[in-house]
Amino acid sequence: MEGETPLHTSERALQTGRLSRSVAGRLRMRYAIDRLMTGVIFACAASVVAILFFILAYIIIKGAPALNLDFFTNRPLPYGESGGGVAPAILGSLAMLGVASLIGVPVGIGSAIYLSEYGRGPFASLVRFTIDLIAGLPSIVVGVFVWALLVRQIIGQYNGLAGSVALAIIMVPIVSRTVEEVLRLVPDMLREAALALGVSRWKTILRVVLPTAKSGIITAVVLSTARAGGETAPLLLTALGNQFFSLDFSAPMAALPIQIYSYAVAPYDDWHTKAWGSALVLIIVIGVLSFLARQVVRGPTLGR
Amino acid sequence: MLVLLVIILFYDAKDAVLQYRLDFLTTTVWDPVFEKFGAAHYIYGTLMTSLVALLLAAPIALGAALFLAEYAPRWVREPISYLIEMLAVIPSIIYGLWGFFVLAPFMRAYVEPFLRDVIGPVPIVGSLFSGPILGKDLLVGGVILAIMILPTIAAISREVILAVPETQREGMIALGATKWEMIVKAVLPYTRTGILGAVMLGLARAFGETMAVTMVIGNSSNEISPSLFTPGYTMASAIANQFTEADKEIYFSAVVAVALVLLLVSVVVNSLGRVLIWRMARGPLGLRI
Amino acid sequence: MDSTGQSKFTSPMAEASEPVIPEDETTTGNGIPLGGLVAEDLSAWYGSFLAVRNVSMKIHPKAVTAIIGPSGCGKSTLVRCFNRMHEVTPGTRVTGRVTLDEEDIYGPEIDPVQVRRHIGMVFQKPNPFPMMSVYDNVAAGLKLEGVRNRALLDDVVEASLHRAALWDEVKDKLKVSGAALSGGQQQRLCIARALAVEPEVLLMDEPCSALDPVATSKIEDLIKELREKYTIVIVTHNMQQAGRVSDKTAFMMMAEDRAGELVEYSDTREMFTNPKDERTEAYITGRFG
Repeated sequence: MEGETPLHTSERALQTGRLSRSVAGRLRMRYAIDRLMTGVIFACAASVVAILFFILAYIIIKGAPALNLDFFTNRPLPYGESGGGVAPAILGSLAMLGVASLIGVPVGIGSAIYLSEYGRGPFASLVRFTIDLIAGLPSIVVGVFVWALLVRQIIGQYNGLAGSVALAIIMVPIVSRTVEEVLRLVPDMLREAALALGVSRWKTILRVVLPTAKSGIITAVVLSTARAGGETAPLLLTALGNQFFSLDFSAPMAALPIQIYSYAVAPYDDWHTKAWGSALVLIIVIGVLSFLARQVVRGPTLGR
Repeated sequence: MLVLLVIILFYDAKDAVLQYRLDFLTTTVWDPVFEKFGAAHYIYGTLMTSLVALLLAAPIALGAALFLAEYAPRWVREPISYLIEMLAVIPSIIYGLWGFFVLAPFMRAYVEPFLRDVIGPVPIVGSLFSGPILGKDLLVGGVILAIMILPTIAAISREVILAVPETQREGMIALGATKWEMIVKAVLPYTRTGILGAVMLGLARAFGETMAVTMVIGNSSNEISPSLFTPGYTMASAIANQFTEADKEIYFSAVVAVALVLLLVSVVVNSLGRVLIWRMARGPLGLRI
Repeated sequence: MDSTGQSKFTSPMAEASEPVIPEDETTTGNGIPLGGLVAEDLSAWYGSFLAVRNVSMKIHPKAVTAIIGPSGCGKSTLVRCFNRMHEVTPGTRVTGRVTLDEEDIYGPEIDPVQVRRHIGMVFQKPNPFPMMSVYDNVAAGLKLEGVRNRALLDDVVEASLHRAALWDEVKDKLKVSGAALSGGQQQRLCIARALAVEPEVLLMDEPCSALDPVATSKIEDLIKELREKYTIVIVTHNMQQAGRVSDKTAFMMMAEDRAGELVEYSDTREMFTNPKDERTEAYITGRFG
């Protein structure tokens, strides 16, 4: 072995209480830094939570005054007339979400099935890549695309169908990912048992795999609806918004997020309050949906 | 099958925008000063606000992630993670509302004057905080974006940190490190790639945010000035705003061109982020030989 | 190699080295410590589960003490109490006394970080820091202490690598990542890393269980060399290894309530040829394990 390296001999000479805290100044500083950074980290976490509460508090405080029966049943009235509400917007949002789900959910489930059941090969990778891509698209870009396709070309004016399609595009990746995950959880044994019994691949999927994944599919639908329900930008470019009750999908249609925007940028305080009220409604609905989605994931899927 | 539909959608996107791309080229010939100038402004706005957002959000998100992964006892971890996720669920428009009525006035009344007084005099950096304070400007845009990307960065970082093997931590502690030293020297280097990926994904989200930014950024096309106090546009907010004003064919195509740029940028950054995270899953030696 | 791999009639002592047990003193006249570790009534809990019950033993300085016993008997837990690693896991508790040269390491004024500097540890699975080079790995402990002098670091790194019998193999690749070495080399790197901070005691928790026989024997030779300067406690599930390498052996076993107890502790030669407790004999002759 090489010769001894005299390391810290001067420190070693001080043998009394060499393990005690009060030894080196440097050690004290290391501990001070440790305590400081611990505090900083706690502060970071705390501030994030605080921001959340701050925002929620404002919404509740400012929005609550706006909520009354008129708010929920009436349509927006011109300034000067008292009352007026967001009923058309709520209706429009629901309608468009409904149509969007009809389009988006099957497509999403379809691609999830494809990916999980036939998931090898370059084509599958391409599909997965595309889904991820769409998931990452800014919602306004989706809006532009649908605008170019449906508003500009096919229909010629702002319309509710375009809005639904835009929402559907946003929903597809969420549905696909969530369902794919759930499908993966279905044990292979189930599939193999069915196939061994002579059931065709397709039927296996329909009758065996999907029902097992039912709760996951519900979660996917709920989550994607929650997300799509809050989208504004794509709707601005497609459905445009409407002051009147209308379920005509070939014409502009109201939606809650758009209504919030309209009320907010107007110069009237009263309308601002209505904006907060609509926001409150929106956040409550989205919050409840998200919460439910999480509960569903935890419960039935495991209880098999 | 149904999947092909997805692909066709993708192709359509390319088609529609390409068609306008040709128009865009002619646009620059017709309205060179206006359009070209404008687009640069939007890009600048997007970059500045996203930069501000990253600088503000990344450290805080990382701190929160470290809290969840290293410090919080099990029973605290779940609820707090959930609360942070809640931030992610709030729709953009509501952030916009809050930003418009709460954050912007607050910034105008307290924060921005403070910044101007304290940092303004400092050379170079100070020019970021100079000029008239209107309350709706790039800085506020950046702040609201920061809040919005916090949960994204925090959630991914948390996962990445939790994935560090316990043996690494033990090895550092056994050498005589304090907890913080262990984090800095053993945990964080291990997670470098993954956290970078998280930040990229946060950035991608920041690029695409529309409504929240639109409502607090001022939406005006002044000259590009170094100050963060100037109102501006991001690409996304520009598209949203200009769309309703567009009347001529050319105007439309220009706006769509901006959307194309935004699309490209967002795809690139998103992909980069995902690649980094995927790399992380393969082990920290992805960066070394 | 497991305990039943060899014929019951081959005493493990056939490969044993000469026991070297120094004087039963913990300090020499001029106060330079020798590294004697004494446990008194040491018990360790995971929450409400008692893992180790009332262990009392004297670890001789500058000797190799092996701790053997069937899986789950608390050997690792016991050893982790010696350098205060056990308490790093949340919810754990330790009672009793552990003294290093007559200083209670669990005393109220005592700093765990310092304790771990004086009592080092090598783990079952080699855990070099992959983001650091070989050089930086060895220097890690010193850098924690604030040593910056390049020349000093160079010297210590080289000396430590020599002591770990690794210098010749890595002297040309000091800048390579710590994880780029073979398993056996990685473990010797971890040993070098632990030695660099000049501990008095080196704890080794099944250091060879993840290694092939060649690497294992290299490390066993290393242990025999290290004995001259360091107090070594080695946990092993391999009795032959204990026989080959240690001067004293402690045998632990799980009681009915799953708490680990010290059954017998004596000179290695004694224990393997003439065990006093029938449980020890049963284990050694391979009747269970």
